[in-house]
Amino acid sequence: MMLMLILSLSVLVAASVLLILSRDTLRLVVGLALLGGAANLTVFLAGRPGSGSGLGLGLTPILPPIIAAGAEMLPSAAANPLPQALALTAIVIGFALLCFALVLIANLARQDARQDADVLRASEPDATDPIKPPLLEP
Amino acid sequence: MLLLLPILIPLAAALLAALLPARGRGRPALGVAAALAQVIAAVMLLSALPEGGQRSLMLGNWPQPYGIELVADTLSAAMVLVSALLGLAVLLYSLGQDDSENAAQDATATPLMLGLLASVAAVFLAADLFNLYVWFELMLITTLGLLVCRGSSRGNEAAFKYLALNLVGTLLLLVAVALIYAASGQLNFAALQVAGQWPEVAADLRPYLGLLLLALLLKVGALPLFAWLPASYPVLPPAVLALVGGLLTKVTAYVLLRLTGQVFAAPDLWLEALGWLALLTMVVGVLGAAYHWDVRRILALHIVSQVGYLLLGIALASPAAAAGTAYFTVHNILVKANLFLIAGLMFASAGHYDLRRIGGLYAARPLLAVLFLISAFSLVGVPPSTGFWGKFMLLREAFEQERYVWGGGALVVGLLTLYSMSKIWLEGFWKAHPEPTASAGAIPLPAYAAVLLLTGLILVMGLYPEPFIHLAQVATAGFWNPGGTL
Repeated sequence: MMLMLILSLSVLVAASVLLILSRDTLRLVVGLALLGGAANLTVFLAGRPGSGSGLGLGLTPILPPIIAAGAEMLPSAAANPLPQALALTAIVIGFALLCFALVLIANLARQDARQDADVLRASEPDATDPIKPPLLEP
Repeated sequence: MLLLLPILIPLAAALLAALLPARGRGRPALGVAAALAQVIAAVMLLSALPEGGQRSLMLGNWPQPYGIELVADTLSAAMVLVSALLGLAVLLYSLGQDDSENAAQDATATPLMLGLLASVAAVFLAADLFNLYVWFELMLITTLGLLVCRGSSRGNEAAFKYLALNLVGTLLLLVAVALIYAASGQLNFAALQVAGQWPEVAADLRPYLGLLLLALLLKVGALPLFAWLPASYPVLPPAVLALVGGLLTKVTAYVLLRLTGQVFAAPDLWLEALGWLALLTMVVGVLGAAYHWDVRRILALHIVSQVGYLLLGIALASPAAAAGTAYFTVHNILVKANLFLIAGLMFASAGHYDLRRIGGLYAARPLLAVLFLISAFSLVGVPPSTGFWGKFMLLREAFEQERYVWGGGALVVGLLTLYSMSKIWLEGFWKAHPEPTASAGAIPLPAYAAVLLLTGLILVMGLYPEPFIHLAQVATAGFWNPGGTL
């Protein structure tokens, strides 16, 4: 289980880096969302699901972090609930930012249909004079 | 409760302000009232602290290690006070905005500015890594809102660039927090400090600490990760620019100081690297500023340059350097914000931000010229100004540690800062206006009051620095000190 999570984490990070390096604005945002997913997965893994020795590659079955009726504390084989709570918080925040980013690039696409990050130079135009920066209207 | 007030007051006011109509003076007036209340709460918090001591609050009365803790020590309480004072000044300034076509959009900025003030105060008071991350995200979201609230194409572009780089920064921060938790099982600062004293935990923590440092360096605007800053800041309206440009990078510098100086023991090699990075950041920032002619761009690139001084103070890794960094952070928040507000007034008076299109402000607005000179001299570090005392504390420590290149570099950067400031003075104030027919716009009184408030604080801190330096030394006494505990 742990091994599978780690493998999927690497695939996620690789895909997100590829997409983030793209000049296409939508790809970039999707890449950021994937990177956010990878970060959330890292938080989840920090709780050592399937708790074990060493790298935690053991195949110990994971118990959900639920205290049984009448018991005072979690069974020792249960996953750590704290990182799950943290991951939940991070997912909510990441979702809000993803929504904002999608609306933002939709607005940008209305300004310039090419959706290319390199043409977004309204506030930082290329220099025309070799010494002085271009003059912008306020 | 005292600890929660500086966070809750602006947060509640932000929600309330969003319900008020966007037109009219209702929102800015509520904002000024809330900022004033936050200042009073911060003063109460600072005065309630015992000398060199701290107060903490376990939210919801959950005991350690389950609860989220807020801690106010002298440093964090003083930083909360400074950010509240800055909030008061910028909201006062936005109260004076005339009813031009931008006024309606700027009114939507008030709730976001209050939200930013709340999250900044919370970052200062947070004593828990994950909580810190959450407030950083809130700072990011409110700043993005402020960037797009005018709905201009430049604002959208700036927001996109800001989002792309800063989101990577916060995600790195989240990953670092998760890995530190996996290695130590702790998130609370005091518990992390104790856990880091176990040799095997400290060895495990080292790479994750590097990731944390990388994330914070991106957010602080250090070389080579500062490209988002000059790309986004100059599109903001003056009041918002003063708040964002004055506070955000300095908040991250505070977090860097707190985490490397007190919570974790950063390895010497990293501090060495940080010092050289600080030097390069200083030089590149000031050279970038020398190229530009737009006042806002000059000042935005000076933020990068000043961040170099803060990183230098952290890299020197001693209690004296930490005191210098704390004093310099406060100085820089006030002076930089004041210069941005003055740039806004220069625009209102002369009609343009670009120095090639304006002039004659010394004849037209002598008071503004004097106010600019005070802040410009403080930024450069002419004695006796706040910048002089801050740089003196940092440079004395650099030379005492025989870091002659770092200290000498900082001195040269000071000279180049003088070049930029004299460029603004000569072109904006001294030379005649290129289009003498252009009529000077009126400056509203609240805007002047805001600049006067900040200038007064700068003058007091510069002419009578002893209590402030003493406060900085008390606040940072436990930094870089193996015996010091949280």
